[in-house]
Amino acid sequence: MSKHSSINIGYIPLLDAAPLLLAQELGFFGDAGLNVQLSREASWANIRDKLYVGSLHGAHLLAPMTISVSLGLNRVKAPLVTSFVMSLNGNAITVSNSLREQLRSVNPEALASASTSVLTLKKLIDQRREQGRSPLTFAVVYPYSCHNYLLRYWLGAGGINPDHDLNIVVIPPAQMVSQLAAGRIDGFCVGEPWNQIAVAQGHGKVLLSTFDIWHNAPEKVFAVHRDWAQANTDANLELISSLLKACQWMEEPANRNDAWAILGQAEYLGFGPEILQNGLQCGKHVFFKNSANHPWPVQGLWLLSQMQRWGHIPGNTKPQELVHSLYRPDLYLEAALHSGQPVPARELRQLGLHTAPWHFDKITLGSDRFIDGLCFHADKYNEYLNAFETSNLDAQT
Amino acid sequence: MLVDELPARLAVLETTLTALGYLVVGKVTSLDSIQCEVENSQPDVIIADLDNPGRDTLESMQAITRKRPRPIVMFTNDGDAKTIELAVKSGVTAYIVDGMAPDRIKPILDVAILRFREYQLLRNELELTRLQLSERKQLDKAKGLLMQKKGLDEEHAYQLLRKMAMDRNMKIAELARSIIAAAELLG
Repeated sequence: MSKHSSINIGYIPLLDAAPLLLAQELGFFGDAGLNVQLSREASWANIRDKLYVGSLHGAHLLAPMTISVSLGLNRVKAPLVTSFVMSLNGNAITVSNSLREQLRSVNPEALASASTSVLTLKKLIDQRREQGRSPLTFAVVYPYSCHNYLLRYWLGAGGINPDHDLNIVVIPPAQMVSQLAAGRIDGFCVGEPWNQIAVAQGHGKVLLSTFDIWHNAPEKVFAVHRDWAQANTDANLELISSLLKACQWMEEPANRNDAWAILGQAEYLGFGPEILQNGLQCGKHVFFKNSANHPWPVQGLWLLSQMQRWGHIPGNTKPQELVHSLYRPDLYLEAALHSGQPVPARELRQLGLHTAPWHFDKITLGSDRFIDGLCFHADKYNEYLNAFETSNLDAQT
Repeated sequence: MLVDELPARLAVLETTLTALGYLVVGKVTSLDSIQCEVENSQPDVIIADLDNPGRDTLESMQAITRKRPRPIVMFTNDGDAKTIELAVKSGVTAYIVDGMAPDRIKPILDVAILRFREYQLLRNELELTRLQLSERKQLDKAKGLLMQKKGLDEEHAYQLLRKMAMDRNMKIAELARSIIAAAELLG
């Protein structure tokens, strides 16, 4: 592909699409000689189908979707590769006023911490079952999303099996609040600003940020079709360099107002600056600092472990091989080197040890603690997976 | 069942489908009721606007929860003809394009329903096989326990299991599970 033919990239209008929108509007793609066409999409299913048929070359994607689309978990199978993490964190769990009161009636201190709230929820679910009441319903934005896997991790840490003890349904972000208000769901896990909107309208209470479940979880990645990546290594590298530049630009507090003005345009996100600003604060999004954009295979491996834990991927999947075919940190490292960023000489192999930013090789990384204090080591995948007391692994054998 | 945010376009599609002999059992213009509407109207096929974010909801109702799976056909006035053509050809998703002649709509719907049923049948068979395999394992384990605790040979252990299941009006697989659970409990 010549540098002048167009590269079509899809996105969902969410705050964390910012790096793509900014790289386009600030002219970073253009400066690199790339002709990028951004395409606003209505659903993750549309993005997946368009990647499959080739009308999109790349997309802003939920991190677990790199795995689900490459494996063809929704019938449509398109091999993808990712060399860039677009954002960390950004989601929270909100419950209805009624569920909050039920939790408090079981334990007045129920809302004190992420662990007390889930242990209380477990008691409440047992009580409701004894009373013959219907199971609670929680909503997420997509099955193969960090929203789903972090909600499940939190529930699992409290001994709740989401597939037996409650219902999990899928609802698009913009409909979450009205569904909660109508009493059709009891809680949800969604990106900002929807949690803040639920609170502002008096329909719910934020129980915890997903940051409390796993510090600095990779939320969205930039992924491209493997065939396109193989035929367009240079263009792919330029894309990643431009995205990195946009992330760095956004990190500067002095650029924030300009960022809100660009992102707020009706053709992009269509939110006012206050909503975007609040969303960013409450969501604890990270777009650049602490090498946030580094696509660590161990992060993909962890996501895979959760997909396997809940029975979402076939038992014969080979985790290490699969993740190393999807995660391509080499292009990110090259882009980072070009822009003068420090890069590590080693690969990160372990998650969960740190409650504060820490030094790894030549770089600083963000904290990475899990709510239950467990550690995940890339070499101990099976051990880790089999140690979960709450899982659907038994049902698969 | 039809899902479209534009009531006028929805009305046109309904007229066309009715003329073709289909019965429109439910209509959703606002996203708020997709799930309830599917449950209330029990459609054979769902036709949804491609630009509707509710597509992820509809898909997940068949993918993850496995409740009442239905074929979904996408309806679009999108000029992105290449995408649609490729998608239809490769069997990804069935698409109806706005303004499409009615005589082309019927075969698309028929094929979508047929293809979906075939896929569903295949998946059900796979699940049944998996279930039978896991029941078989449990049965062997329960037999082993009886042989060990009661000093029976395999044939007699199986006969005992069958008799106990019949006496208790239980399926043999259910009884096997109870025996394994009891053995684990008592050590």
